[in-house]
Amino acid sequence: MRDSGALEVLRTGALATVQDLGRPGYAHLGVSGSGAADRGSLRLANRLVGNPESAAGVEVVLGGFAARVLGRPAVVAVTGARCSVRAGGRLLAMDSPLQLSADTVLELGAPEAGLRTYLAVRGGLDVAAVLGSRSTDTLSGLGPDALGEGVELPVGTEELEAPSVDIAPQPHPPADLVLGVRVGPRDDWFADGAVDQLCSTGWQVSSDTDRVGIRLDGEPLERRGDGELKSEAMVRGSIQVPRGGRPIVFGADHPVTGGYPVIAVVDHDDMDLAAQARPGQTLRFRAR
Amino acid sequence: MAPAEGARVLRCGGSAALVEVADLVQVLRLYEALLAERPPGVRELVPAARTVLVAYDAGETGFDDLTQAIIERWQAAAERAPEPDHGADVVEVPVHYDGPDLAQVAQLTGLDEAEVVRRHTGGDYRSGFCGFAPGFAYLTGLDPALHVPRRDDPRTRVPAGSVALADEFTAVYPRDSPGGWQLVGHSDIVLWDVERDPPALLAPGTPVRFVDAGSGS
Repeated sequence: MRDSGALEVLRTGALATVQDLGRPGYAHLGVSGSGAADRGSLRLANRLVGNPESAAGVEVVLGGFAARVLGRPAVVAVTGARCSVRAGGRLLAMDSPLQLSADTVLELGAPEAGLRTYLAVRGGLDVAAVLGSRSTDTLSGLGPDALGEGVELPVGTEELEAPSVDIAPQPHPPADLVLGVRVGPRDDWFADGAVDQLCSTGWQVSSDTDRVGIRLDGEPLERRGDGELKSEAMVRGSIQVPRGGRPIVFGADHPVTGGYPVIAVVDHDDMDLAAQARPGQTLRFRAR
Repeated sequence: MAPAEGARVLRCGGSAALVEVADLVQVLRLYEALLAERPPGVRELVPAARTVLVAYDAGETGFDDLTQAIIERWQAAAERAPEPDHGADVVEVPVHYDGPDLAQVAQLTGLDEAEVVRRHTGGDYRSGFCGFAPGFAYLTGLDPALHVPRRDDPRTRVPAGSVALADEFTAVYPRDSPGGWQLVGHSDIVLWDVERDPPALLAPGTPVRFVDAGSGS
């Protein structure tokens, strides 16, 4: 009998990683912010189990994740893309704290809509932090490896206050995703009408979409001239347009610098919505 | 947006400004001026080839106030005489000049290999900015005779410690990674260590010199 708790990963689905709120403050050394793609959902999951919002949880892409509670009973919460939540075969609620006894198997089904589901456990996941964060940065390789079958995730034992939220039902994500943007910094690198085109047409989320960026298909955006931009810093939400004219919305694990012009930047608050955009879905931009 | 003394401040979303200046020397000047007297609300400063990104907390400051503060610091820095001594200790990087592209670089530059080494070790470099990978520093100050293009066929694996040239820059690969730079040698120095503070040996602004460590590893 162990006196500490852990989660044993049984299945990962397409991709499951440990994420917290990332590692800000190192971009000048070539380290991206990383952290949960949908920050609001991770924060909510943590609040539901009484954790600080910055505690590490699991980010699951397109469901299919399962884990066994080892050692002590666990209090968990599941948020983000809506999927079935089963514990010991019983169907349980999302967006609510769930008490699981030791040896219980928790299973997340495939979401009907949205892309990323979050699992928080009371105490947080106590894997080793790198530069102050437990997040897996899929581009630079910093932080823990992406989760695999058999991995044991230790649960923190810090004394916490009782959770203050019982249930926090979330609205279904809108079918038509509209993201607010601010034009620039490099809109002057594009042909007349390119910004209008960006904001008036629907863009299809490509299957080549990950934590680094959301690649979009649509009528290519035209450049003005054929100059080469010197590498400059990118932010989460930067809409970079490579030579081919198809935009990429940079996500949590974006490269720190890029050599293609950024036509507009998605509003910080809307990046959580963007993180739930599924391949094939249509996405629109609206300039402020 | 107003061009003030060669600096242009561009909006980059709701919580960052991108400041564009003429060249990398100016970038470091602006970066150091902002580091020395960080405007209120600034969270992160990220230099690059022609720009410094200034990320801020939109709850503490706004784009217009920040632009004002940036321009003030830029103008004050421009009025000061450039300081030859940057205050930071020079990092000496011992290099074994045995890289697989040394002959190619000699051919491209029309110099012999010994002269390539002599010129590479003769330079006073500074870390301009980091990118590509954690701790990968673009070092400025390369002898113009050593400006060579990237390889036509990038390597899928460049070993950590490889000392490389591309265009106006020289660099040391902090870890194994793909790469298209011309490899002239290797160093055993540890460029990136997450247990060290700061983890990057060659943070922006750091003065650097290369020293010929002879053959062998």
